[in-house]
Order: sequence, then C-alpha cells, then structure tokens
Amino acid sequence: MAGLETFYDVMRRQGITRRSFIKYCSLTAAALGLGPEFVPQIASAMETKPRLPVLWLHGLECTCCSESFIRSAHPLVKDVVLSMISLDYDDTLMASAGHQAEAILDEVMEKYHGNYILAVEGNPPLNEDGMYCIIGGKPFVEQLKKVASGAKAIISWGSCASYGCVQAARPNPTQATPVHKVILDKPIIKVPGCPPIAEVMTGVITYMLTFDRLPELDRQGRPKMFYSQRIHDKCYRRPHFDAGQYVESFDDEGARKGYCLYKVGCKGPTTYNACSTVRWNDGVSFPIQSGHGCIGCSEDGFWDKGSWYARLQNVGGFGIEASADKVGMVAAGAVGAGLAAHAAISALSRARYKGDDAQ
Amino acid sequence: MVPSKSNILTDEDLQGTNLQGQNARTLRARKLTTIYVYEAPVRLWHWITAASIVVLVVTGYFIGSPPPSLSGEASNHFLMGWIRYLHFAAAWIFAVGFAGRVLWTFMGNIYARELFYIPFWRKDYWKGLLDEILVYAFIKKQGEKTIGHNPLARTALFFCFTLTGLFMIISGFALYSDGTGMDSWEGRVFGWVMPWLGGSLGTHFLHHWGMWVIILFVMIHIYTVTREDIMSRQTLLSAMTNGYRSYRDDRPE
Repeated sequence: MAGLETFYDVMRRQGITRRSFIKYCSLTAAALGLGPEFVPQIASAMETKPRLPVLWLHGLECTCCSESFIRSAHPLVKDVVLSMISLDYDDTLMASAGHQAEAILDEVMEKYHGNYILAVEGNPPLNEDGMYCIIGGKPFVEQLKKVASGAKAIISWGSCASYGCVQAARPNPTQATPVHKVILDKPIIKVPGCPPIAEVMTGVITYMLTFDRLPELDRQGRPKMFYSQRIHDKCYRRPHFDAGQYVESFDDEGARKGYCLYKVGCKGPTTYNACSTVRWNDGVSFPIQSGHGCIGCSEDGFWDKGSWYARLQNVGGFGIEASADKVGMVAAGAVGAGLAAHAAISALSRARYKGDDAQ
Repeated sequence: MVPSKSNILTDEDLQGTNLQGQNARTLRARKLTTIYVYEAPVRLWHWITAASIVVLVVTGYFIGSPPPSLSGEASNHFLMGWIRYLHFAAAWIFAVGFAGRVLWTFMGNIYARELFYIPFWRKDYWKGLLDEILVYAFIKKQGEKTIGHNPLARTALFFCFTLTGLFMIISGFALYSDGTGMDSWEGRVFGWVMPWLGGSLGTHFLHHWGMWVIILFVMIHIYTVTREDIMSRQTLLSAMTNGYRSYRDDRPE
C-alpha cells in the first residue's frame, strides 16, 4: 500500500478548498482555546501527518457515549470521523460485520502496531472469567487486553470505562472493572460522564491529533482543559447560591424563578465537568438549566453516593436510612442525656471534693 | 516543707507573710501545692481554637443545610457567601493555630506535648487509664493526681481532638481547592486526599462527620472539665485561664 494519506489529502479529495481548509484550522484553534499563532501549526500538522488510526471497542455499556459523540457540533463529528481520524473499527458505526469486522481489527493492530489509539466505551466484567460480556465469541476482557497491547494510548470514554458506572454499582455482580485497573502499562485518558459531552470527546481527539501528544491530565487522568473546574464554578445559577436563594422543592416559587438547586441535591459543587460552559446539544442547555440538579455523572461511583435529591449522603447500618445530621443529633442528644445522668449520680454519690480542707 | 498529716496552718506559720497577725484558725488557712502547667501560648491557643470551633460548627452546619431561602434580587444578598467566608476565615485561624501549637511542643514544657502522642508502651499510662475509667463508672472514688492531662483525657484528646482536627484541616483544605483550583497550592498539597475519600462528595461527607465528632467531644470536654474541677483532687479551670493548677490534698499517689 502506498504512503498513508494525510488529513489534508483526504480533505482535498473531498473537494475542500485550501481556503476552507485554513478556515477550518482557525476554527479548530479557537475551539481548543489556542491563539492565532497556532493556526499554521495546525495546518502544518494536517498537511504532513497521516490520519490517526483509532480502534473503538465496546464493552459493557449502553452506547450513550457513541450517541453523544455523533452529535458533536464543534467540530462536526463527520469531520472527525471522515477527515481527522481513521476510525478503522467501531462495531456500532462501521459497515462491515462479523468475521470481516474482526479481520480489520487484526489487520490494523499489525499494520499500525504501537501507533494507533484505542478508544474504549464501556468496561470489562471480570467475574466468571469475563463471561458476562462476549465479543466475537470471546470475553471482552481478552479483546481489550489484546488490542491494548499495541496501542499508543487509550481513551476511556465515559464513566463506564473511567470508573465503572452503573454496572459497577454495588453489589457489582459481574465485577465490572474500569479500564485503568485492567490495563496497567499504557497511558490512559479518562473522559468521564454518562455520557461525556460530545464536544469534549471530539475536542480530546482533535488535541491529540494536532499536537501529537496527550492533553494535560489531572491527578485522576482527566484532561484538564475540560475537567479542571466544577459545574458549580461556572454555573449561571451560582449568584443565587451565594445570595442564599434556593429551590426548596421542585414546584415552589424558587424553582420558577430559577434559584440554586443545592437544597434539592444538585451535585454541581462536587462534580468536575464542562457542562455549565460547553453545555449540550450544540450548546442548547444542560441539566441545571432545565431545572434539575446535576447528578454528578462524571464523578467516581456516583451511583453509590446516596440520593440525587439530597446533599448529605444517607448512612446505612442504622436500621433506617438516616442522614449524618439525624444520626449526629441523636448521638448528641444521647451524650447530653448521658452526661446529665452522670452529673446527677456524681452529685448524689459525693459532693465537692474538699481535699485536705475536710480534715 | 515539713511533712505533716494536715496542711492546716498555725499562727506561727503566718509569721513573716502578708497574713501576719491574722488568726490562722478562723481563716482555716492551709497551704495548697500549685504548679504552673499551661503556659501563656497554650492557653491563648486553647481559647482561640475554642472560638474558631464554635464559628466553624455553626457555619459548617449551614453550609450543609442552608437557612431558608431569601426572596428578592440575588444582588441584594450575600448570605451563603458570608457563611462560607466566615467558615474559611475561622478555618484559617484554626489551622494556623494548630500549626503554632505543634511548634510549641518543641518550645514549651513537657505538658505541651501530651496532646500529640499516646505513651503506648508505658505501663502506668494503661493503669491510669483503667483507674480513670473506674472513677467515671463510679467504682473508684479518686483517680491519681496528675499534673498535665489524666490518661483518659489524654486518650480522648488525642483521638477526638488532635487526630480529628488534623483530618478536618487536611480534608478542609482539599475541599477548599475545589474553589481555588487543582493547580492552587491547596490542590497540590491536599487535593490528593479527595480520590481516596470518595471524590469531592465523599470528602464533604466525611468532613461533615468530623464536625459531629468534634461537637460530641466538646460536650464531653466541657462536662468533664467542670466535673473534675469540682470533684477531682486538682483544679482545671484555673489551669486553662491563669495557668496554675492547685491540688486539694498533699497525699502522695
């Protein structure tokens, strides 16, 4: 096979003019928050670099990540899939199926060994030797380990691949395990969310492609450019939080006036994501804007952190589910009563100690 | 001092003192052994910390469960902003005080160190601990005389104040980095605890539990200090106000 096509080649082949190509580079630079001086760098990368082969595997998941991905507006997912990357394997988007599809996987792995990106949607269940998720007749965990062995880097799409999500919620019967606990020897980028924001997904790919390196990651392996601030920090309802104006219940005056949803359990103050800036569906809205609190879907173990409609997590093991404050107040009451009783018995058993004065 | 069965003073004992000429018998005058236990920085720290805890508990409770919603324009109010500001200001005072108190263990007297470790390998610590438990169970009449903290008090302070306070400082600064950003110094120094404590939400939750541990500790602390001051062989309130601890008897042990 002749030399690999560059992005520029592909774009020209699709009838895109050089003028439009440069415009595209400028828009991409703006989308990534880069200055105009980066435009030539992006153009040069697009002209000289071969398209990035991407293998997209699906484990235990609901395909909401793919559903989100195909709705990306900036850049359009069409541009990402057809021009920017070479999406060589994605069993929900590809035309081929069965043995033909599996053959592509082997071919890409061999041809681009050490140079392709592995994108994982969902996670492998490890219980019963991985039998809860079978792809092409084999446990998914085997496919994952095999494909990961030749990958340059791994993108963990969504909360499933990043943290485990609903299938790993207690009691996790299938022992669903996030990717970074199965693949230990490759750089892993976590893009959590259930699903992640479309523009965040395509933005991560664009960055990797343009600069030929991983985006800067935080302590938990998430790209800092999208996950370094909380929903709360950029929430348009934040002034109501600071003022002390809250929705007390979903049908009250505060709810109609768009007050802060903190008291009805919004997890915005504890959730790192870009929803309040990038928003969803081409920037139309996001949960808080629609009047419902954030459920914290991009945080580790969000299914097991108590009610979505209360800030304080409930405490199990007290017979009934009770909040920390209820348990605390009962404990304070019990200690107070105990101290009063102790004081009474102390007073009865013996008055003030006079020491040597008594003699 | 000449050892005597009782410390009741006679007229001769008052000779040459400022009580010279007074009738010792009517005064029921006697000598008290008094030791300077808690130096000025320790006492100052105690009361500053006590005040900061009151502010921290009240504001912290309201951060978890905000007061009823205010009406009117958002720009007219800054209630939650002030609650959080007071919480952070008091937290800084608590944390700086704690750090200063740690430094004082190297400069102060031996009683300044008692808060920070438990003499696990000392037999008399365990014996004293058992003794104090028996006193509080009304089985024994009197505990041993102590100059610093009694072993039961020391154990409670170590776990419920020192360790819990340290946890509150670490988790508190980690939560503070939610606002200042993960690249701030708070985020760099303390942010790593958050993934371990179950993310930001889990850290909030444990920080909230820490508040209840401290509330219960303060209740028990105030009760036992008052009770000991009345019923034990030594004074406690004066030790934390003017620094002097007096003993009501001169029996050994």
